[in-house]
Amino acid sequence: MSTLTSGEEAVRITDLGVTFATDGGDVRAVDGVSLSVKAGEVLAIVGESGSGKTVTAKTILGLLPETATTSGAVVIGDQNVVALSGSRLRELRGQDVAMVFQEPSTALNPVFTVGWQIAQGLRAHGRYSRAEARKKAIEVLEKVGIPDASHRVDYYPHQFSGGQKQRIVIAMALVLDPGLIVADEPTTALDVTVQAEILDLMRDLRDEFNTAIVLITHNMGVVADLADRVAVMYNGKVVEEADAVTLFGDPKHEYTKKLLAAVPHIGTGRASTRERAMDRALLDTKQLVVARDLEIVYPGRLGRPGFRAVNKVSFEIGEREVLGLVGESGSGKTTIGRAIAGLTRVTGGSLKVLGKEMLGIREREFRPVRSDIGFVFQDPATSFNPLLTIAECVAEPLLVHGRADSVQGARAQVDELLEAVQLPRSFGDRYPHELSGGQRQRASLARAIALKPRLLIADEPTSALDVSVQAKVLELFAELQREFGFASLFISHDLAVVDLLADRIGVLYHGELVEEGLGEQVLGAPQHPYTKRLLASLPVPDPAAQAQRRAELHRLRREGA
Amino acid sequence: MSVETTSVASPSRPSLWKRLPVIHQLRQSVGLQRGMLVAGLILTGIFVLAAIFAPLIAPFGYGQLRDENGTFGAQQPPSAEHLLGTTVGGYDVLSRVIWGSQTAMLVILIAVVLSIFAGVFLGLFSGYLGGWVDRVLVVVCDAIYAFPSLLLAIVMSIVISGGQSSLFGGILAAAISITVVFIPQYFRVIRAETVRIKAEAFVESAKVLGSSSFRIMFRHVLRNATRTLPLIFTLNASEAILTLAGLGFLGFGIEPTSAAEWGYDLNKSISDVTSGIWWTSVFPGLAIVMVVLGVTLIGESMNDLADPRLRTRRRADGAPAALATSTVVPGGSLDSVADLDTASVFKSGEALS
Repeated sequence: MSTLTSGEEAVRITDLGVTFATDGGDVRAVDGVSLSVKAGEVLAIVGESGSGKTVTAKTILGLLPETATTSGAVVIGDQNVVALSGSRLRELRGQDVAMVFQEPSTALNPVFTVGWQIAQGLRAHGRYSRAEARKKAIEVLEKVGIPDASHRVDYYPHQFSGGQKQRIVIAMALVLDPGLIVADEPTTALDVTVQAEILDLMRDLRDEFNTAIVLITHNMGVVADLADRVAVMYNGKVVEEADAVTLFGDPKHEYTKKLLAAVPHIGTGRASTRERAMDRALLDTKQLVVARDLEIVYPGRLGRPGFRAVNKVSFEIGEREVLGLVGESGSGKTTIGRAIAGLTRVTGGSLKVLGKEMLGIREREFRPVRSDIGFVFQDPATSFNPLLTIAECVAEPLLVHGRADSVQGARAQVDELLEAVQLPRSFGDRYPHELSGGQRQRASLARAIALKPRLLIADEPTSALDVSVQAKVLELFAELQREFGFASLFISHDLAVVDLLADRIGVLYHGELVEEGLGEQVLGAPQHPYTKRLLASLPVPDPAAQAQRRAELHRLRREGA
Repeated sequence: MSVETTSVASPSRPSLWKRLPVIHQLRQSVGLQRGMLVAGLILTGIFVLAAIFAPLIAPFGYGQLRDENGTFGAQQPPSAEHLLGTTVGGYDVLSRVIWGSQTAMLVILIAVVLSIFAGVFLGLFSGYLGGWVDRVLVVVCDAIYAFPSLLLAIVMSIVISGGQSSLFGGILAAAISITVVFIPQYFRVIRAETVRIKAEAFVESAKVLGSSSFRIMFRHVLRNATRTLPLIFTLNASEAILTLAGLGFLGFGIEPTSAAEWGYDLNKSISDVTSGIWWTSVFPGLAIVMVVLGVTLIGESMNDLADPRLRTRRRADGAPAALATSTVVPGGSLDSVADLDTASVFKSGEALS
């Protein structure tokens, strides 16, 4: 309840243990976790996937599935949530503790207006007339910064942008003035510029309403931006707990150090790219991909104009060169990658890939070139046929292009490839689901380089991975690039990742290439206002530096407005 | 218990027979779902055994009216000689019920084998290639859906056997009419799965590699699209039995001298019901109900078990479970933190290239 005064404990977790019954036997997801959060404080729980951070958060609201068995205590006010059930638990939810979910587009029901959905929470906890509930909904929407709230309260979720939807989800959590908000990866699904705004909003909540916030995240930049205290979880245990400044400045536990070291910083890639540029200058460079005024339009529904995903984009990729494409969702970066691989039709301009004009090309003409193009997909979990072993998957390109006649015949080559991506040979006999995300992405790289392609397209290859795993995969990528010498189009939404690998960087905004140049130029001295904003929005894992960047971003926004 | 040993033995696959469709589900199930599955399996098992060993189990032939002691006599109540009595035509009810399972099983086998191949391949091509072929096939299937299946079956039985009723004429009539109705079902399911799988990243990755459409369809799509087939198979099997019984009941069945058929026996026992002769209708009727129930129970419980959200599991017993390495921790276990960079990947200690 908002009656909490500053410094009062909003929740105390003591020796929490959660065990899940699964097909493979019992799994202990959380083991002896003790934490507490005071009013007006943001506690960040960080950790990699599977570390138990989300399970811990869900226990606070009693949201665990039936297969879970809980021990220990979660005390809110004077009640132990673990022991509560049914109606008491329902009273507690919303009133004393509320939740903000990861994906705002699925957390809202598409067939009801947002006003109705906010009022629903009110009506569950007391008697409100329709008009009162509506008034309250408008009030809370204004509080979270939805412009023209009295009018837009009757809008449906699809009429709002992603960031606004997350604001509405936060409004739903706020409407009953809970003393504690549990936010499970609240900004992971959002673009960086929007993420910065949501983080500002949550900071305001803490400062103005004295709300306690439990922030679950894997993004160290977000932690540095918002958290007062940080708990690092690993393998179901809290391995380190400290206030944010101490944790980032002087991490104690070995794992925390590794985790912080794995976060990519802007500026770390410069030395290596400069070296590569020198190497390349010695060779005479041939352009592998040339785009001139490239246009890609997705056909619209009957009678509606199509959607212009890529608009008049020109760029080149030379031999042995890595071009990084950065942009937010919907900027057309993936579309360009798919067009080069012949997965999406080019509708205008010109795109030459390895000498073939892609505008109006037929699959039969393009097929011979395909052996020179590798593709690494975003989600390693879905890019493997689940019924084939890793060896069969990696051998597939060799079989298709007649370099081997059977999986057994290709096995020697497959073993070499697996070693090249630092996977043990024995992994070839495993099925994709038996590998972790990082291992799968390595296997995916092995498949992509199987034919020794001259061009490799990597579409967000690390965005589905944890930071420490991401660092390893990026390192491997750079190593393979040196060894095999392929040119590459590296697509990512993360500037820091692109900076690590790319020689040149292109920034896409609404289908247009707003800035393109050497990595140093684009990141060191950005020209376009959008690039500047993008750079300033990226949170860095250092609370002091992040505070400065935040001020800078606010200045940029004021200038822009 | 063997469950433990399989979970400990790290990546080695469980033996082939444990992965077979029904066996795998049986080992996986607990509680009510297991009860349903076991009940279904027992009922269906009795049915299959009865069908296979009918010549050994049945005391008399399906068309037998007399033995060395003379004719059986019509509508005899259950006795030591005729355990379930005799019918109005003077046949032994027990023998007819047992022989009837053979006919039913033949119909199921023929109907499902005919429809499964046609339906699956049409669905695969239609879903993957799309275009006008797809549209035409979908319209045809919708049209067949709109057609009453029993009417179709009647037409078929007239076309095939010309109104005469031999063993294979009757069985084929029933099987083919069922096939025509079932092909759209398999078609629909496989097509929907294919369309879904077509958009998956692994199919795109096969396309990027330059695989031919044929290779993608059969190597990557087909095997992933057949997950739901066992379920439709069981549901269709029970529907096939009902259609056969319905045909027999309407008088389009198989003559008692050619084969035993439950629907036919039911039809002949209508008049008995009002005169208090219960045994001629109850036992063939019970046979139909039990077989359909058994097959449906298998289908339903397999459906629940295939869905991780519906599958019930043993409750965690509260005993501190080992903080197993099976916990999904990409960075490796806690003690390997110190060498996080290599330990997680090189568990088996293989050398770097």
